[in-house]
Amino acid sequence: MYDFALVFSLRHARREPPMALTREQIASIAALAQLDLSSSEIPVYQDSLSRILEFVGALDGADTTGVVPMSHPLPGLSQRLRPDVVTEQDRHEQYQANAPQVAAGLYLVPKVIE
Amino acid sequence: MSDWHTSTLTQLAAGLRARKFSSVELVRAYLDRIDASQAALNAFISVTREQALADAAAADRALAAGAGGALTGVPIAHKDIFCTQGVRTTCGSRMLDNFVSPYDATVVAKLKGAGAIMLGKTNMDEFAMGSSSETSFYGPVRNPWNPQLVPGGSSGGSAAAVAARLVPAATATDTGGSIRQPAALCGITGLKPTYGRVSRYGMIAFASSLDQGGVLTASAADAALMLREMAGFDANDSTSVDTPVPDYVAALEQPLAGLKVGLLREFFDKGLDAHNEQRVREALKLYQQLGARLTEVSLPNLPLSVPVYYVVAPAECSSNLARFDGVRFGYRCENPRDLLDLYRRSRGEGFGAEVKRRIMTGTYVLSAGYYDAYYLKAQRVRQLINADFTRAFGSVDVLMGPTTPTPAFAIGAKTSDPITMYLNDIYTIGANLAGLPAVSIPCGFVQELPVGLQIVGPHFSEARVLNAAHAFQRATDWHTRVPQGYA
Repeated sequence: MYDFALVFSLRHARREPPMALTREQIASIAALAQLDLSSSEIPVYQDSLSRILEFVGALDGADTTGVVPMSHPLPGLSQRLRPDVVTEQDRHEQYQANAPQVAAGLYLVPKVIE
Repeated sequence: MSDWHTSTLTQLAAGLRARKFSSVELVRAYLDRIDASQAALNAFISVTREQALADAAAADRALAAGAGGALTGVPIAHKDIFCTQGVRTTCGSRMLDNFVSPYDATVVAKLKGAGAIMLGKTNMDEFAMGSSSETSFYGPVRNPWNPQLVPGGSSGGSAAAVAARLVPAATATDTGGSIRQPAALCGITGLKPTYGRVSRYGMIAFASSLDQGGVLTASAADAALMLREMAGFDANDSTSVDTPVPDYVAALEQPLAGLKVGLLREFFDKGLDAHNEQRVREALKLYQQLGARLTEVSLPNLPLSVPVYYVVAPAECSSNLARFDGVRFGYRCENPRDLLDLYRRSRGEGFGAEVKRRIMTGTYVLSAGYYDAYYLKAQRVRQLINADFTRAFGSVDVLMGPTTPTPAFAIGAKTSDPITMYLNDIYTIGANLAGLPAVSIPCGFVQELPVGLQIVGPHFSEARVLNAAHAFQRATDWHTRVPQGYA
């Protein structure tokens, strides 16, 4: 039922995807992702994201009734705990050497509250 | 000596220990090869000449005092995704063009501790998102077998560097095939270890449930030597596994007789180039002659691995890359109007087109109303694919098949259609979804371009996988071929 022919045939599916994303949808995704897009970028992502969503739509054909979602490739391993002690040293000067703008040990950004 | 570059890492390490030549001589010779090839291949983003020569001099002093480690004085390169203290670490992105890491990745620290000398940082697809090394802010990497072609990706700089013998080994990372696919396209050996085997600390995150550090070398024996030094538990990586590191080098020579090899039926389906298939089938025949028992196995859900990947990986990417906000490090836009403008323009200008595409895909599949339909669904199918592998390893020791559908393709040939590009990783993604170790080794040529054979094993079976690869390399010489102009 799921063979490579299916996946490869999607590569050639140039027809308009059933649920092509609108300009507004792309703008709203970009806003959620905090990405500024130029007006010329929007149609490019409209086209490619629509096609990616159509492509991953192949997953709908798989029967996953009762299947537990897999979030980690090594099942059975749990997150480790460690004693609640301070392990980090104060290295803020070193870290802040990479910051675009710093003053008195603080990261500077444009004024947030008028 | 002029034949250092055709020696293996193992031979170079032994030669240094026997004091046949010095690390300074060796490092200088390789640095000269890097400089001479940079215009043609663009394999490096940074070359750390002065530091390398100083480290080599220190290695020579250690060797003179009889205090060398397994890799003392041996030159290597790191993919520019690994943080290197005091050295620019860009991840191939404008976003990190000015980023100088304040610490070493665990892999970097471990290899430094074993005595390896870093010559520089290799070029790569931006944030490791790509299969051709064309999305780098620093320009595309070129394939040493033919400069009109891509080297594969995302670890294309490391692969081109090892293929052209600019370094005997280079670190790399593999989220969906980024070690194995460029290894296949460049005619070298590429090892992706089991998820959790090599620390991810200091390896800039793309998709945390899939990312795994590994290595590109000229042979399986060299990969075993590198992995022995790179692997191991790390408290700084919450998914690092605390299990002993076997001596991968000692396991190389074990006999192959009786090895049960499963042929992945789904990998020999439509889409596989007929010539590629022929080379892979010849390799499988050789395994049979070497004493392996071949059976065909079917993993019925495996063809869905690319769609699963293009939900899971972008979802994790959109979360991981939220940290790049123009505030604490990395690129910041000019004259931001307010905080939101600072975030949005810094990210919009700092990230390239493919990275933005993946962030947005991930944002969409995680957004309210779509999470169940895309993300949870993909995680459930991931479980089915994992179960297919578990079932297969109930009856075979390793799985074999092609690494890629075709040999290297032309620069620019697949950049306009992301899905065509994504399908390059059709045979490699499964191992990432299930967290399995896998290697790609050269198994012949099609029109003077290398072809890769992939060997996948159960969790923590790196010794077995490398042993099988080594047995093939003892019987063939494909892995010793060097592209014209670099021999």
